[in-house]
Amino acid sequence: MKPYLQRVAPWIVPIALLAAWQLASQQGWLSTRVLPAPSAVVKSAIDLSLSGELFAHVWTSTKRALSGFVLGGGLGLALGLLTGSFARVETLLDTSIQMIRNIPPLALIPLVILWFGIDEAAKLFLVSLGVFFPIYVNTFHGIRSIDRGLIEMARSYGLRGWPLYRDVILPGALPSILVGVRFSLGLMWVILIVAETISAQAGIGYMTMNAREFLQTDVVLLGILLYALLGKLADVLARSLERFGLRWHPSYQGAA
Amino acid sequence: MSGVAVDIAQVQKRYGTRDVLRNVTLSIAPGQFVAIVGRSGCGKSTLLRLVAALELAQGGTVRVPDARDDDTRIMFQDSRLLPWQRVFDNVALGLRRSERERARRVLAQVGLIDRAADWPAVLSGGQRQRVALARALVHEPRLLLLDEPLGALDALTRIEMQQLIEALWRERGFTALLVTHDVGEAIALADRVVLIEHGAIALDIEVALPRPRSRGDPRFAALEDLLLRRILSEPGANEHAPRDAVGVAAQHVRWAI
Repeated sequence: MKPYLQRVAPWIVPIALLAAWQLASQQGWLSTRVLPAPSAVVKSAIDLSLSGELFAHVWTSTKRALSGFVLGGGLGLALGLLTGSFARVETLLDTSIQMIRNIPPLALIPLVILWFGIDEAAKLFLVSLGVFFPIYVNTFHGIRSIDRGLIEMARSYGLRGWPLYRDVILPGALPSILVGVRFSLGLMWVILIVAETISAQAGIGYMTMNAREFLQTDVVLLGILLYALLGKLADVLARSLERFGLRWHPSYQGAA
Repeated sequence: MSGVAVDIAQVQKRYGTRDVLRNVTLSIAPGQFVAIVGRSGCGKSTLLRLVAALELAQGGTVRVPDARDDDTRIMFQDSRLLPWQRVFDNVALGLRRSERERARRVLAQVGLIDRAADWPAVLSGGQRQRVALARALVHEPRLLLLDEPLGALDALTRIEMQQLIEALWRERGFTALLVTHDVGEAIALADRVVLIEHGAIALDIEVALPRPRSRGDPRFAALEDLLLRRILSEPGANEHAPRDAVGVAAQHVRWAI
């Protein structure tokens, strides 16, 4: 295959599908109630952006996702570091955390609504809880799997306390911690979508649920596409974080 | 800053029910280069780890009377470089900010100044051990402990490293304690070779050859032969196959020294 064909080839099928979809909608073979034309989705995206509504919803959702991530992820990191570093804290806390871990966060929705109503706090709680565990588990594991020889070396070279943490333990656990970050970034959107669909006054989930009531399938579709886009964005972010944080790692050194 | 004396008196070390060291007594003069040889599992590395205070003895004492905490440095068989720090930062590990420039000087001494900004992952095994040597020497130790540091290197790199270690030892005058399974290496470098068998000192020989030593020297060869014979003839070497029971051609025998 010629080089330019090689590059174009993966896009042939999606573009053909899109064209067929557009054609089917225009010819009226496909009811707009089932699936609006791609052009209609683009048009509603433009309209909603111009009115500023789209940006407001995306911003609300992003804010919820990020604050939940920072809160839950930060707690997961802190507790993971504690249980990973101190055997006493592990015996005290790890069993309880592992028990709670096995409850799917979404199963808590009825309880969360009773506790927090349908407020921001409810969404924050659910997202934080969801991202907490992947980061906790991977941080704990990361610290436990650091090469003992490196720690022994560092101690015999006079490193204690914070310098030992900064130079040996944290960087040693970082590959594993970043795996946890990637997991929880994916989970963060899933939980937020569900939380927003159940109850919200703003956000992408609210936008799509609202559009559903008015049979605006184009807006519903737009919302779904937005989630896909934001999810991909989070993944790209996580990857570049890995590339930067692990640039010393042999498997990331091809590009450097 | 010159070397310190090491005093090991009646040291005993057990792991579970196994006696690794029984009653080892060894005095090392300041600035002396001592090599400890013996079969795998004879306890020679354990003795070194006791001197490095990485292990505690169950009996006896290990004393390095004139040394402060940062006067003793150890170099391991695996380089134990931090993979997430560049070569320069690895060498400067544990130095105060004002002292960090010393790392550059020591890197130059081991011939790796142009690799200062590289990650350890891209270095060869020999280069990594040179970085590890630089990291040990940057603290200007008065006692350098070497735990088979050249065991994993190829023969040529090994000779190069031996020459480097000897040159730096002569220049700086620290006390050196080298654990090795290579009898030739021990004779090439040490003032004194100590053989450990079954957790006890079996032989303690002065090496009175002039430096730099040549392996072609007949006295060198004689000494090497003496030590090897002693190690190989030791009972227990072939517990499973009594020596005169079966005739096995020499090339089929492998010694785990």
